[in-house]
Amino acid sequence: MTINKTQNGNELRIALAGRLDTTTAPQLDEEIQALEGVEKLIFDFQELLYISSAGLRVLLAAQKKMNKQGSMVIQNVCDDIMEIFEVTGFIDILTIE
Amino acid sequence: MKEISIEADVRNLSTLLSFIADELDNAECTKKGQMRIAIAAEELFVNIASYAYKDRKGTCTVRVDACKEEAKAILTFIDEGEAYNLLEKQNPDVTLSAEDRPIGGLGIYIVKKSMDEVSYKREEGRNIVTIVYSWE
Repeated sequence: MTINKTQNGNELRIALAGRLDTTTAPQLDEEIQALEGVEKLIFDFQELLYISSAGLRVLLAAQKKMNKQGSMVIQNVCDDIMEIFEVTGFIDILTIE
Repeated sequence: MKEISIEADVRNLSTLLSFIADELDNAECTKKGQMRIAIAAEELFVNIASYAYKDRKGTCTVRVDACKEEAKAILTFIDEGEAYNLLEKQNPDVTLSAEDRPIGGLGIYIVKKSMDEVSYKREEGRNIVTIVYSWE
């Protein structure tokens, strides 16, 4: 999985490409541990093809963190991943644009 | 029907998923179906790799029976680890907010929600989990 980060002041955009699964989730988790000073976190899922519960766990950790220091949104979610968000109830926890 | 036996180690996850994807491709499973089955398979295999054998090494055998005419796939996961019935696990409360939602516990819930059928049996010291999905 590729992670592309763009920081603009206190806004951080993270674009994911590939698969967010058991083997790649730790990469993203590392990024989530380093969010000091970020007030707006934007995930771009345009190139993300697949997410499993390992990925959902990292997203939940990110959401919990950002709830304390600002906001988090997810953009460009494909239909298949949206379905996973719906089935798991994550559609109500995450802000999806 | 094809079968693969691999060491129950998360490093073998991609080998398993490639094997399953090939079988589903041959049966002309839809892209959405492939994704759902792959996610369920990942959850089941990672659980086996993480918990079934504690600190020992062990094997996981996966059988895939995918049929183009019936537009259906039956996958069976077999391990010889500790007895564990995934169906007895309580579902997470998916109405909880981010603050109240515990991290984890979602994997098995996703398997149950995304597959048409999930069943478990314990036989001769083995856990046998069967999942069924129809893509028509």
